[in-house]
Amino acid sequence: MKNAAEPMDIRDLVIDDRKRGVFRVHRSCMASPDLFQRERRLIFDRCWIYLGHESEVERPGDYRRRTVAGRPLFFVRGKDGQVRVFLNSCPHRGAMICRRDGGNAKILRCFYHAWSFNTEGELIGVPGRDAYGPNFDPAELGLKKPARVDSYRGFFFVSFNPDAEDLRTYLAGARDYLDLVVDQTQEGMRVVPGSNKYAIKANWKLLAENSLDGYHLIPTHRTYVDYMAGLGTDDSGDSLAARPPGAGRALGNGHCVSENISRNGRPIARWHPVFGEEAKERIARTRRRLVREYGEKRAFRMADTSRNLLIYPNLLIMDFVAISIRYIEPVAPDRMEVTAWHLVPREESGAALATRLDSYLTFLGPGGFATPDDVEALESCQTGFRASENEWSDISRGMLKSRPGTSDELQMRGFWRQWHANMLGRNTTNVQDGQPTESQAAAADSEADGLGHRASAR
Amino acid sequence: MTATSRPALRGIVEEFLFREAALLDDWRLDDWLDLFTHDARYMVPSTDLPEGDPGRDLVFIDDDIMRLRARVARLNSRHSHRENPRSRTRRFVSNVRVEETEDRQLSVSANVLVYRFRSGEGAPYVGSVEYVLRRDGEDLRIAYRRAVLDMEDLSWHGAVSIIL
Repeated sequence: MKNAAEPMDIRDLVIDDRKRGVFRVHRSCMASPDLFQRERRLIFDRCWIYLGHESEVERPGDYRRRTVAGRPLFFVRGKDGQVRVFLNSCPHRGAMICRRDGGNAKILRCFYHAWSFNTEGELIGVPGRDAYGPNFDPAELGLKKPARVDSYRGFFFVSFNPDAEDLRTYLAGARDYLDLVVDQTQEGMRVVPGSNKYAIKANWKLLAENSLDGYHLIPTHRTYVDYMAGLGTDDSGDSLAARPPGAGRALGNGHCVSENISRNGRPIARWHPVFGEEAKERIARTRRRLVREYGEKRAFRMADTSRNLLIYPNLLIMDFVAISIRYIEPVAPDRMEVTAWHLVPREESGAALATRLDSYLTFLGPGGFATPDDVEALESCQTGFRASENEWSDISRGMLKSRPGTSDELQMRGFWRQWHANMLGRNTTNVQDGQPTESQAAAADSEADGLGHRASAR
Repeated sequence: MTATSRPALRGIVEEFLFREAALLDDWRLDDWLDLFTHDARYMVPSTDLPEGDPGRDLVFIDDDIMRLRARVARLNSRHSHRENPRSRTRRFVSNVRVEETEDRQLSVSANVLVYRFRSGEGAPYVGSVEYVLRRDGEDLRIAYRRAVLDMEDLSWHGAVSIIL
């Protein structure tokens, strides 16, 4: 590994030889504080980043607090029904306005000097107002907003980049996959109360990769696979070859998906013994509705296929045994905070909801039968990276295949190609395995973009 | 175990809880499983919703006896990677309170501090555990066990990879 005094060229961090099928990522990408800062600037300050779901603020005055790309934010539903997002810092002196994770308020008051704001963010109360001079303008002192806020099908995103392309364009091929999730419900989706919050001592990109990685399923999650087999999963195939076909796809702009024919039950419309006999008719009914509304082909995708969808850079929608929204907040090169929520169709209650909630807990969540082992794998990699003479990670699986499956790694290469392009200051790149190669594109790009491609690798 | 005085009853329950803690710290999980009734439940709510109801809300763990057995089988196997090699744990159980319910079950709560050490790091899980204990001859059985964490999140541990 190059020593700290010798900066690593950003262009050299990813080796992407599409002709020979070689794809390597330099491990400093997961460990370097300089690269972490560069990511903040070139990715998290520029992309659309997930904030929350509309159902988390149902009534006027409902608010939720979040940390998004390092910023304390909160979102609140106004009297007019509109969701607004504010920086959680008083325009007066900086204290946090919103000091609870969530609640309901008509007026938002900063506890420090008692400046108060309405849910539209306007400054409506300043104690001792007469002591301020004539140039004190309350209209300029409302709560500040992120540069951009937009939503797609109930998912709210923010961008701190005023010039960001619109959210629909940004989401590219991921839109169809979000549709496949949301269209499963008749009455819309909602996030159930309670979230799973945990931290992993590893670089955030490792969880983005891991969440799309079908190759690790059997070795890492053997206990889960065995458990499901014991419960009657129809194909408990012990080898990659025995698993049903699936596809790994790069959807553009770094969004990627791992799409599988489901072996397990899907609470929406694929019955599994674990759900119990009594659920059979209900699930069959939902399936008939999906076929009626969307046709056999699309209903099949909704009911019988599962998808792990990465919305670049740091959001995952895991739609398999249940639907999980997983948000990754990078906090240091070797540390991330993860929050997971459970997304359910509004019309489900009672037994249907209980089945779905129970299904979630088998795999997902830090107390489930699988997630703890992913945490272990990621932390193990991060520690392994300290063996810095071992400079490269290999992500080339299936690179020369025309139709890579879920245990191949196109869906990870798609992520990394976007990441590399962003780190070089470019917004778009060819994320597929075909030509042109990254290095060709980078060479065609003059160095005149003024960003400087050199940064210390450690 | 009839007409037991209150301090004596607490003594009996404490004895039971201490024995349970030792089984867990010693990783004698099959013996621990024997303490449960066949209709038992083991639950750990999310840290941000301690009153969470597994039929309505997202929790960390909600096991019936089948899944609890599977959890133990998983922890006993070599493939439970977060606990292979196993962590060292030490449990401190205190502030035990016992109420006898109308159907002669025991409603118990205790404070618990579980230190976990592994991979050069150590941190505690802090919380309370609520039990419903059922008399079984001279012995007690766990019919319900709910561990409620006081931490705001799992940032120290990354997971609930041991029995809490």
